[in-house]
Amino acid sequence: MKFLAYFRSLAARFLRRSQTENELAEELRSHIQHRADDLERSGLDRTASERRARIEFGGRERYKEESREALGGNFIETLIQDVRYSLRVLRKSPGFTITAVLTLALAIGANAVVFGILNALILRPLNLPQPQSLYGIERVGEQLPVQSYPDYLDLRDRNRSFDSLAAYRITEAALDLGETPSRAFGFLVSGNYFDALRIHPYLGRFFHASDERGPNSAPYIVLTYAYWHTHFQDDRGVVGRVVQLNKHPFTVIGVAPAEFRGTLVFLPPDFLAPMINGEQIEGVNLLNARGIPWIYLALGHLKEGVTHSQAIADLNSIGSYLEKTYPKEHGQVRYSLSRPRLYGDFLGSRVGAFLTGLMVLAGLILLAACANLGGLFAARASDRAREVALRLALGARRTRILRGLFTEALLISLAGGALGLWGSVVLLQGLSTWQPVPRFPISVPVTPDAYVYGVALLLALVSGILFGAVPVRQVLRANPYQIVKAGSTGSVGRRITARDVLLVVQIAICAVLVTSSMVAVRGLVRSLHADFGFEPKNAMLVDTDLSSAGYSGDRVPEMQKRILDAIEALPGVDSVGLVDWAPLVSGAWGESTIFTDETTDLRPSNAAAVPYRFRISPAYFSAAATAFLAGRTFSLHDDKGSPRVAVVNREFAGKIFGSPAKALGRYFKMLDGARIQVVGIVENGKYQSLTEDLKPAMFLPILQAAARQTILVVRSRRDPRQVAAALKSTLRDLDRGLPAYIETWSKQLDDFALFPEHMATMSLGVLGLMGAMLSITGIFGMAAYSVSRRMKELGIRMALGAKRKELLEAALGRAFKLLAVGSVAGLIFGLLATRVLAHIVYQATPRDPLVLTGVVLAMSLLGLLATWIPAQRAMRVDPLILLREE
Amino acid sequence: MSAQAQILPGTLDLLILKAVSLGPLHGYGVLLRIGQISDRALLIEQGALYPALFRLVRQGLLKASWGTSENNRRAKFYELTSLGRKRLREEADGWNRLVAAIASALAAEPEEI
Repeated sequence: MKFLAYFRSLAARFLRRSQTENELAEELRSHIQHRADDLERSGLDRTASERRARIEFGGRERYKEESREALGGNFIETLIQDVRYSLRVLRKSPGFTITAVLTLALAIGANAVVFGILNALILRPLNLPQPQSLYGIERVGEQLPVQSYPDYLDLRDRNRSFDSLAAYRITEAALDLGETPSRAFGFLVSGNYFDALRIHPYLGRFFHASDERGPNSAPYIVLTYAYWHTHFQDDRGVVGRVVQLNKHPFTVIGVAPAEFRGTLVFLPPDFLAPMINGEQIEGVNLLNARGIPWIYLALGHLKEGVTHSQAIADLNSIGSYLEKTYPKEHGQVRYSLSRPRLYGDFLGSRVGAFLTGLMVLAGLILLAACANLGGLFAARASDRAREVALRLALGARRTRILRGLFTEALLISLAGGALGLWGSVVLLQGLSTWQPVPRFPISVPVTPDAYVYGVALLLALVSGILFGAVPVRQVLRANPYQIVKAGSTGSVGRRITARDVLLVVQIAICAVLVTSSMVAVRGLVRSLHADFGFEPKNAMLVDTDLSSAGYSGDRVPEMQKRILDAIEALPGVDSVGLVDWAPLVSGAWGESTIFTDETTDLRPSNAAAVPYRFRISPAYFSAAATAFLAGRTFSLHDDKGSPRVAVVNREFAGKIFGSPAKALGRYFKMLDGARIQVVGIVENGKYQSLTEDLKPAMFLPILQAAARQTILVVRSRRDPRQVAAALKSTLRDLDRGLPAYIETWSKQLDDFALFPEHMATMSLGVLGLMGAMLSITGIFGMAAYSVSRRMKELGIRMALGAKRKELLEAALGRAFKLLAVGSVAGLIFGLLATRVLAHIVYQATPRDPLVLTGVVLAMSLLGLLATWIPAQRAMRVDPLILLREE
Repeated sequence: MSAQAQILPGTLDLLILKAVSLGPLHGYGVLLRIGQISDRALLIEQGALYPALFRLVRQGLLKASWGTSENNRRAKFYELTSLGRKRLREEADGWNRLVAAIASALAAEPEEI
């Protein structure tokens, strides 16, 4: 109620405003009339006495102003006055206003976008109840936060820190709703998953821990809201229906609520099924395999009152138990906690570091924009020195003038902020629906929330105050009498001014951005031509899923052979190989622990290496165009009945046997004790990411080490589209229900392995471009301003016979000097910054002559571009006209 | 001119209250009254009067109303409120104490110490 009353009085004051103003004027007029009456009585005539009375009264405007303030409480009134005045002033110089607003819109927009992504991926917790106590468990020293199922059970049952410890695994399956099976991504989850995460069904019920009664005992499936909405058209009768998951019947028991998007922020599942039924879906039972990390993440809510370090100590005690009890499967087991939303530290820390870096760069852009606008404002303030001086002389107080300047700055920054925010919201909404990797349903929900709006507003206000503050000193020091008397030609060739410093800072920031974007682009180009250890050109990848078509056991190798034979017979196919995971394009990969031949105690701590493990058909090397250094590939005789063999890469040979030459014919041991002979050595390659160090890898024949996953590498020089069509029809002839994803290896590389580099290059490129634009306007503003201020001087010089070169030097020398200083500083900082980039972009190295010359060229080009028009203006100076004008 | 003194900061309010306490006055009248009761010894810049008047009105020490002056012109007349009367008494007492203290300090002779 009080609030209402306040507003009523405020409104009343507005209505009374003109009345108060009139009364004030009338009262002062009345005073002067009375005084004039007195003076008239003393003998002066009326006109003279009125004049005298006005003089005696003193600065009427000033007293009016003070009176208004004394009348009090008119903060809003003054504000409205200021806003009106500022709008009028800004409207008078539309060029300045539009430039300023657009500059800020770009800068604030960039910040809002980066912050929006940072907010969505890193800051905003998963959309689950009490997300602040939700943690995932990681093994210290392991890249991925994976666990084996038996280990998970031990963790779940022995820990005293978690309310309830759930687990999930991502899986892909053919989901048959009755017509044709379609591919769907799902989570295999522990029975307690929903209860541990404290979520409740939208429809039907969820499964619980009590539903787990041994392998394949819970054929239930829960649909996510989005999948139910698109595939069942919101049919509430879906509960109780039986669907086929990889040809096994599962009963739909419920639908998850709409806000539930799984426990990974970028991969919303279509369905959730019990992990205990994993064998039916994935074709293999890993519930007892302690050595195979099958669980993607174990996660749960910490109990109330349990601290982070208490929980870790508790988990580590389980770790020591596991070490002692299962020495064959475990080396040292230590645990840490991480946030589950971005798959723990594996992605979380990298994405976090990259986005933080981007945020810093975006912040720098905004700072540069502020420096730019601050310079413009300072220039304008000194151009307006006469106006300010006049107002000061007429009795305006300095605080009032400053308030006016700040109002202008804030108006511009708010307009820019609003525009930038609008742009970023559009962009973020576009990003939310974007699916960067066609193979996987990855999407990032970056729809802006209140935080993004708040940050944009805050940035707008802060930047307004920042650049509004630049001319403050100028106004405070202004001496009205001097300025009115002398005009505002100002002093020429002063020492370094604040504006110069601002410009140098801005150019340096721009140079940092240009440098890092160039390093990123170079890295991207280099990685496109990098030596992968295989040749993606002219190669197709066919990703099939035999288990989702119902193949298991002995039927798998038999089908694999049929597929290989059928494809090999296709015209135009040079070779076809099979591999269980294709390097650089798979989200999952295989590793094996191996031992030297002399090791007898086969426990993980005695391992010689943990190389990547590929299971391949004999023709894989020729299909992938992997070069042989020595030895032979497999033959069809390397089957179950003959001694086990392997092909290893050069790094493996060097690491285990000392040198490639010594490796051929030698043996190593697997975890199960099997002795394997090295029969061939191939070149090194990149297997999991482009930025990885040299890694050992080994290749095993599928006839000796069966592989369920089936990815075919088809090498053909024919048009990829024709090959794809031929492959598709061949596979359909073999089995209509066999799902296959066919794409060229290069395209998949682009989508997958090069994705981070594309993102880095794109975002840095955009920021670099913005930085360059800001620099151009900054230098342009500075140069144009200095030319226009020194027109007279230039004219005189020209009249006295100065050469064009000298004139240019006089007019623009300063701008170029600043440009040089800024560029060098920025280049140095930029080179330092690329160390961070090296984690994301392949071979991002600052010691690259091309980058160095590129940056220097780009910066000089910027300088030329920005000073071109002012230079033209300086050259066209006509001394006659100029001197006559004065 | 030399007989006139600039008024001390903060004393203008007191003078205005005193002037108005002798009867309702318009702004120019306040000025004349101060000149009259101070034997023209105090100099006030004319315009400076108004911010002070408005401040006192806002503090509730004066109230204002429009009327007609002795010159038959429209003018705003100020008079003391009860709060203003009280404030005048307090300020006057304070002033007198200050003046007495300073006077006695200035009158001090060497032998009195």
